[in-house]
Amino acid sequence: MSVDQATVRRVAHLSRIAVTEEEVAHLQGELNAILAFVEQLGEVDTTGVEPMTSVIPMKLPLRADVVNDGDAAERVLANAPASEDGFFAVPKVVE
Amino acid sequence: MSDLTRLTITAAREGLASRHFTATELTQAYIDAIEPAGDLNAYVLATPEKALEMAKASDARIAKGEGGRLEGIPLGIKDMFATEGVRTTACSRIIRNFVPRYESTVTSKLWSEGAVLLGKLNQDEFAMGSSTETSAFGCAVNPWRRKGSEQPLVPGGSSGGSAAAVAAHICAGAAGTDTGGSIRQPAAFTGTVGIKPTYGRCSRWGIVAYASSLDQAGPIARSVNDAALLLRSMAGHDPKDSTSADLPVPDYQAAVGGSIKGKRIGIPKEYRVEGMSPEIAALWDKGADMLRDAGAEIVEISLPHTKYALPSYYIVALAEASSNLARYDGVRYGERVDGRDIIEMYEKTRAAGFGAEVRRRIMIGTYVLSAGYYDAYYLKAQKVRTLIKRDFETAFADGIDAVLAPTTPSAAFGIGEKSGADPVEMYLQDVFTVTLNMAGLPGISVPAGRSSEGLPLGLQLIGHPFGEAGLFALAQVIEDAAGRFECHDKWWL
Repeated sequence: MSVDQATVRRVAHLSRIAVTEEEVAHLQGELNAILAFVEQLGEVDTTGVEPMTSVIPMKLPLRADVVNDGDAAERVLANAPASEDGFFAVPKVVE
Repeated sequence: MSDLTRLTITAAREGLASRHFTATELTQAYIDAIEPAGDLNAYVLATPEKALEMAKASDARIAKGEGGRLEGIPLGIKDMFATEGVRTTACSRIIRNFVPRYESTVTSKLWSEGAVLLGKLNQDEFAMGSSTETSAFGCAVNPWRRKGSEQPLVPGGSSGGSAAAVAAHICAGAAGTDTGGSIRQPAAFTGTVGIKPTYGRCSRWGIVAYASSLDQAGPIARSVNDAALLLRSMAGHDPKDSTSADLPVPDYQAAVGGSIKGKRIGIPKEYRVEGMSPEIAALWDKGADMLRDAGAEIVEISLPHTKYALPSYYIVALAEASSNLARYDGVRYGERVDGRDIIEMYEKTRAAGFGAEVRRRIMIGTYVLSAGYYDAYYLKAQKVRTLIKRDFETAFADGIDAVLAPTTPSAAFGIGEKSGADPVEMYLQDVFTVTLNMAGLPGISVPAGRSSEGLPLGLQLIGHPFGEAGLFALAQVIEDAAGRFECHDKWWL
């Protein structure tokens, strides 16, 4: 499979990465080189093979359902580019 | 005092315990060595004041007859580890001013054993690369040079700053991370020892996430024994990482120097890839001889899905990366670029904050996870991953104790040599290392010889899950036979 320039723009938008027109042409070539490289997986017969979900067999541990952390709004917000009254501040999202 | 930086961690601990020198003197010796080593670009942030403060506390504990396993040992930390109050950037512009309000589990374990923080080490941006050339702080430089040449070489990557700093004696050891070879390949390029432990051996909590099913922390050191000592303090269960293994941590040092008589070492024929340099092939044979001379049995084995490890890795890792890096949105942390609405703000923030390789990887990851392609790419890659792991399980079930292979296809290359138009050329650096991450297995890279141009070359030993102790015993045999690799030409001074 190879991607065209419209697909590059769509994937960039899905990735939330702005791209310029010049970048689209570049990226198309680079993405196609990588996709061509991974294409060889098609040679492998995976009929009846389970996809890996955990590389080391382990049971997902459960913790007690109690509050064990929190009350750290100041620490959570310390690196935010914009915050107000204990909240992250973002551009208006609701008209 | 500069010879203090020549000591292994083991020797430094003895010197501290017998009061030949203080932790403050040892730390000062490293600080004095870091200062003129700017040309290596190994540190992205040096923390001399904090280091001296920590060393002073170590001296007080030593004076009281207390102290942990790494008391007073000055370490460098890859910039992937969150360090409380100390800027942590993953070498990306997008979080270039991020100052964590918490400490990663692995580093907090090192500090609780008495280690001293010298600073944060250079790496590829978000650990995506094999040369440190994608770092927002510029490439780190390998302390080694080809015989008779002044051309700057890469230290490998992504933990390139860590490996360069250890090899240049500007830290006693370092903590790195390895997703597809990021500890072992730079260790091989710099004549140092690096181990990627079994998935789950070290906690990932507080480490900047790249590909969560593959990422592991591990040490880079100047000897096998030093690596064993560091790993013991880094490993262990952590309730804050649900994938960390609830198993006791063995005394790895006790395994160093142990007999390897009767161990069956597999030589996978599929690793003899087309176009392998004769130098690497000869090194591999030499390594097998070293192990045979120490009583191991060398057996040819087959790992038939080896050639599919790299392409399946680039699907799994990039898919996970696209998901992990979604958090860099200009809202919770990092640099924001304003837009006319929130979507444009996200898009501009991420375009400005991420470097070219990271943008490329996120886009590939997004593509392979997008509607209509998930089965063809991601699901297929995860099935191939099952087969790669099965290859190793079959070999181990047949009585193989460990696998011996080269770490890298070549010695260190020049800066700029592989950063051309085709990204796949750089990805091929990971051809021998990536299989282990896919299978979750531990692997150690140990220097075993030199190229015709005088550069160090590494061999890799791959073990059973949680079989790190056995790897240290085997690696020590190679270190004993090949010697340690010291970079004597300090051209940066």
